[in-house]
Amino acid sequence: MRRLLQRRENQLAAIIILVVGLITLRAPVFLSMGSIDTIMTDGAILTMMALVQMLAILTRGIDLSVSANMALTGMVVALLSKDHPEMAVTATIVLALGLGLLLGAINGVMIAYVGIPPIVVTLGTMSIYRGLVFQVSGGAWVNAQQMGSAFIAFPTTRLLGLTAIVWIAAVMVAAIYLFLNHVRKGRELYALGGNPTAARYVGINNTHNQMLVYSLIGLVSGLCGYLWVARYAVAYTEIALGFELQTVAACVIGGVSMAGGRGTVLGCVLGSVFLVIIFNALPIINVSPFWQLAISGAVILAAVVLNSRSERSKGKLILKSAQLAAVRGTA
Amino acid sequence: MIMNTADQDKNPVLALQGIKKHFGGVKALDGVTLNLYAGQVVALVGENGAGKSTAVKIMTGIFRPDAGTILINGEAVSLHSTQDAWKNGVTAVHQETVMFDDLSVAENIFMGHLENRRGGLLDWAGMNRRAAQILLELESDIRADMLLNNLSVAQKHMVEIARALSHDSKVVIMDEPTAALSQQEIQELYKIIRRLQAAGKAILYISHKFDEIFAIADRYTVFRDGCFVGEGRIADVNEDELVRLMVGRSVRQLFPKPTVTIGGPVLEVQGLGNDREFEDISFTLHKGEVLGFYGLVGAGRTELMEALFGLKPVTHGAILRNGTPMAHGSPRAVIDQGIVYVPEDRQHSGVILPMSIRNNLTLPSIRALATGIFLNNAKEKALSQQFRERLSIKCANLDQKVSDLSGGNQQKVVIGKWLATRPDIIVLDEPTKGIDVGSKSAVHAFIGDLVKQGLSVIMVSSELPEVMGMADRIIVMHQGRIARSFDRATFSAEAIVAAATGLFARSSQEGAHAQTSSAA
Repeated sequence: MRRLLQRRENQLAAIIILVVGLITLRAPVFLSMGSIDTIMTDGAILTMMALVQMLAILTRGIDLSVSANMALTGMVVALLSKDHPEMAVTATIVLALGLGLLLGAINGVMIAYVGIPPIVVTLGTMSIYRGLVFQVSGGAWVNAQQMGSAFIAFPTTRLLGLTAIVWIAAVMVAAIYLFLNHVRKGRELYALGGNPTAARYVGINNTHNQMLVYSLIGLVSGLCGYLWVARYAVAYTEIALGFELQTVAACVIGGVSMAGGRGTVLGCVLGSVFLVIIFNALPIINVSPFWQLAISGAVILAAVVLNSRSERSKGKLILKSAQLAAVRGTA
Repeated sequence: MIMNTADQDKNPVLALQGIKKHFGGVKALDGVTLNLYAGQVVALVGENGAGKSTAVKIMTGIFRPDAGTILINGEAVSLHSTQDAWKNGVTAVHQETVMFDDLSVAENIFMGHLENRRGGLLDWAGMNRRAAQILLELESDIRADMLLNNLSVAQKHMVEIARALSHDSKVVIMDEPTAALSQQEIQELYKIIRRLQAAGKAILYISHKFDEIFAIADRYTVFRDGCFVGEGRIADVNEDELVRLMVGRSVRQLFPKPTVTIGGPVLEVQGLGNDREFEDISFTLHKGEVLGFYGLVGAGRTELMEALFGLKPVTHGAILRNGTPMAHGSPRAVIDQGIVYVPEDRQHSGVILPMSIRNNLTLPSIRALATGIFLNNAKEKALSQQFRERLSIKCANLDQKVSDLSGGNQQKVVIGKWLATRPDIIVLDEPTKGIDVGSKSAVHAFIGDLVKQGLSVIMVSSELPEVMGMADRIIVMHQGRIARSFDRATFSAEAIVAAATGLFARSSQEGAHAQTSSAA
């Protein structure tokens, strides 16, 4: 049992079950089918974005421009839908992916080839992309009546009872799990974040990997930008404002190390689920919106404290007895 | 396979010709030559800073030479990356363990050339199997699925050797492979090297230890200060000749250890341990004494000193300062007790490279230099000027960045900044590692000055002549415990090395006696 609870993911899963139990005691409606459906659909975008954010964090970077990318891509496709309501959904998705990829690649070039630290680059592009949203829309909203009906309907189309958005997230979770655990490039990201010097010694190219990471983030941000706009059926300048911090928070809660090189897909998904549950449950149990912000902030801080405690170096193994204990521990 | 005159006619598998490499204004290599032959072990010898590791990094594609050619089987190649070197059959076990602590043993072995199954996904089962097989060949009990974090320093080194063997290589470079190994493990390594040799591989063996060189090598090449000095067959030289080639003169290194009357105890350590890195550590340091700590890399000496200085937790035991228990929870508390620690890795923990010499020198004494919350610039200038003269730091002015100084002068800044706090006890961790001969003897003379002024010195060193020359007593550590301790009268190189590698550690009566007497 103790061994089981030592794993970060198991601890988090236990906490999630506990929290859900407590909330359900206060408000049984929380566990209704409708509520679960909402949570999954809401959680899908956060999960996808947290997963790609994890790629940046694994390589000792961060991408703060994700939400601005989502807003810009979302606004552009919404405006297109307004002008061409009959445009096919596949075309919209391809456009969103392409524009997102372009915005991400700009980050990638600045970081990988120009050599500017990720936090500086993405802080800059965050403002630039957000400013562009205002420029393309003129500050006006695009509302549900103006968008094409297929455009809005797609994310919540159901297949086997689940919305399309949930299916897309599920596929992405599987794809990123496969990438990080069973593809050469994926493992190299862990190596780069864990020990950049050692990575250089075995010939792992940081430039290519950073370019790949920030381009991938852009690609997924673009897709999520469309999904977000269509799901909430409205596009405006402040879409997803501050959402980048939620993606980082989900990673941190899920045990992804801000120092790089450590983090799992499962942890990241659980971190996102935990955040979405907190955000959805607080209104249900009648917590005022102002307290909601404070509580979610406190939860994030608590996770950071827990993380840094578990990361504190335990020291090398020098004593024979300590070595034996370690071997038994892993057996 | 006996080679006589045939040596010279035979074509080298790998040859360096006229290789030059600069780092900023520092010449690391100045036209060196190196020849490696199939089925032969070439020992590359030279002092710290002679350019051996730089040459290794050039042969493995990590650095690119400024000039010169690399020939593989007689053909000029340019190595742009480690992968290029691998493709040309060159692999290396590097001096520093460059590994990934959060990844598994198998993954560490294959990182950089992870193997795919058909379909583009990684072949975990295959890699685990091959890793296990290589480790088995090395007669190691490390399992392929273990997390590297859970291995000891020596085991990590074994994984690095396994990594080099995971390639189908023609040339295997070993840069000080025995630094962290025990005597028995070294014998195992010899067996591996002989097997590689029999398989026709060319081996470059870098070591400071002459007994190893004469035991394993067929040929030698000597570098001095970045230059090629000579090469030949090991059978044609003796130790003295090799030393002469290395240092350019036949010297018995002189250690200016002054005789100082040893006073009463200033620091007593009793049964110190932290369950993981060191245990049962008891010793006494006296006024005016130089206490040497010798051991293999990874014996726990640095960890012990960090714990003494409040940088690492201690789970049991006591430290007495002048007979009264001492708080050692934080470096600040320990500094206030007049104890300072000059760490081994000066680039990372010793100086703040982008800061000026002056600011580095005064950093630990900043409290004494402040008036209220403001720093007194005049005082700061005076103090730093004083230590610049006392240590003869070579610099244009004190506002120069420390990163502009040579290794030896950087080390002087590190020592100077701690002396400025006017300590009674100074702990020096590998004080002469990686600095040139001239700076080295300056540091030694300086240690002599310190004890003459009544300070007590703890000197951690992996260089046997240095500890034997400078210390009044030597404590030898092995796997986190005190193996033996020696008084100056009983110093013997053989006995000290034997204790450090775990031979008759703690079993002989003499060792037990020495322990109780040092604890008393």
